[in-house]
Amino acid sequence: MTRFDVVVVGAGPAGSAAALTLARAGRSVALLERGPYPGAKNMYGGVVYGRILDTLLPGWFEEVPFERWVTRRATMVLTPSQSLTIDFRTQAWGRPPYNGCTTLRAEFDSWLAGKAVDAGATLITSTTATGLRRDARGRIGGVATDRTEGDIDARVVIACDGVNSFLAKEAGLHEHWSAEHITLGAKEVLALPRDEIDRRFGLTGDEGADFEVLGCTGSVPGGGFLYTNRDTVAVGVVLHLPALATAQRRPEEFIADLKNHPAIAPLVGGGELKEYSAHMIPEGGYRVMPKLVTDGMLVAGDAAGLCLAAGIWLEGVNFAIASGAAAGEAADDALRQGDTSAAGLAGYRRRLEASFVLRDHKKLQRAPDFVLNPRTQQAYPKVACDLVEQLFTVRNPAPKPGGLRAAWRELRASDVRLRDAARDAWTALRTYG
Amino acid sequence: MTPNRDVSFEDRMATVDFRVAPTAHITVDGDICRGCTTKACVWACPANLFVPTADGGILFNYEQCFECGTCYLVCDTEGAITWHYPEGGSGVVFRRG
Repeated sequence: MTRFDVVVVGAGPAGSAAALTLARAGRSVALLERGPYPGAKNMYGGVVYGRILDTLLPGWFEEVPFERWVTRRATMVLTPSQSLTIDFRTQAWGRPPYNGCTTLRAEFDSWLAGKAVDAGATLITSTTATGLRRDARGRIGGVATDRTEGDIDARVVIACDGVNSFLAKEAGLHEHWSAEHITLGAKEVLALPRDEIDRRFGLTGDEGADFEVLGCTGSVPGGGFLYTNRDTVAVGVVLHLPALATAQRRPEEFIADLKNHPAIAPLVGGGELKEYSAHMIPEGGYRVMPKLVTDGMLVAGDAAGLCLAAGIWLEGVNFAIASGAAAGEAADDALRQGDTSAAGLAGYRRRLEASFVLRDHKKLQRAPDFVLNPRTQQAYPKVACDLVEQLFTVRNPAPKPGGLRAAWRELRASDVRLRDAARDAWTALRTYG
Repeated sequence: MTPNRDVSFEDRMATVDFRVAPTAHITVDGDICRGCTTKACVWACPANLFVPTADGGILFNYEQCFECGTCYLVCDTEGAITWHYPEGGSGVVFRRG
């Protein structure tokens, strides 16, 4: 048995940010990691947006183990034979303070955990938290681990144990836990020579590209992604679990389809598979988040469902870091005031509500349903691609169609009811407007 | 451009590093599986760990598990798949996640 002020479970971005904050405040903090090193259990869809690190680790971009700085950001809409892309690039994102980088989680997560260790946190790897410890009155007071005599007593537990969060479930905080709010991300990392990646994606130096793809997963709601590392490209899909369960198709088949799409194949062709990986993503957002606080315990990062999957915005690491740091601050406050009950820890939620973490999630709370509905997934991509095809197909001697009229015709030709289209437009306006 | 010829599933999984624990972290209740018509785990598991058997049951392998949790979430029968994290230090070790 060991005793700490706080035990943080999971040395991903949320846990390391929490441990860093607490160690700096002078608290004794254990940072548990079940993998042999931080990041060993983690994979993601490609970009760390580091602005949140400006306050936590000033000058972070001088030393972060990045692969490339994203200067090209594309959103693609696909049908099996068409693609329509909004392709944005800016040189501004390629110089300090940068906007986002691609990175390997084994390196990034280990780097961030190292910052917590430098500040005085005790990182304990290869150790799985097997459950919550409770005192005689039933109040949470630490965690049990799978190490002999490895249980840890603490006045506060911060659960950053990822999307499956067995600790949050054990504490009864997950009321909405179901496949309905979860997607599966599956990814291939493909090796290509660095100059070949530069050439295919139009990049130089440390510049990187990040593509988000809609309409590439057939009958299963989801999406695709493609991004560049230094000498690998990563390509993957995100699949809504309830539909995947009945689709009678396997995850890697969806990746193969995406890789073989005429708009994607030239970017990834010939790449040698270096690693295949998969992970679940909590996509439900604000409406299905677990309770974030209970007596003696806080939940942060994916464990708290804080991934932002809002179509044009796909973020998670930044939400994890911000929520972890806020949990660390709230735990420190509670310890100072000698009240680690839910009331004493309530500053955590207030901090999140004042920051982008819950403000973005609240504003975008309709996005998960909107993005995953079959019209957004299949009908609208086809309408958009067909419309552009109409506009750019020259049918001389016929004159050019009017844009609005062509749009109307494509919408009527689809099986979308106008009532639904109008409602979706209104939802989109309320969400993204 | 050479078309993407996909690697075999065995080669695909050979790209992933696993430190296999001595005991399984997944248990499957074969009696329940024999009555299951959907076999969602067989399709959805990204590591293809669940294989249907001739008698309608499920064979599974825990050794190459990504520890994602998809199997127990897509399974619609309570108790058929029991899943927890493997012991510390074992299981999947991603290097390029």
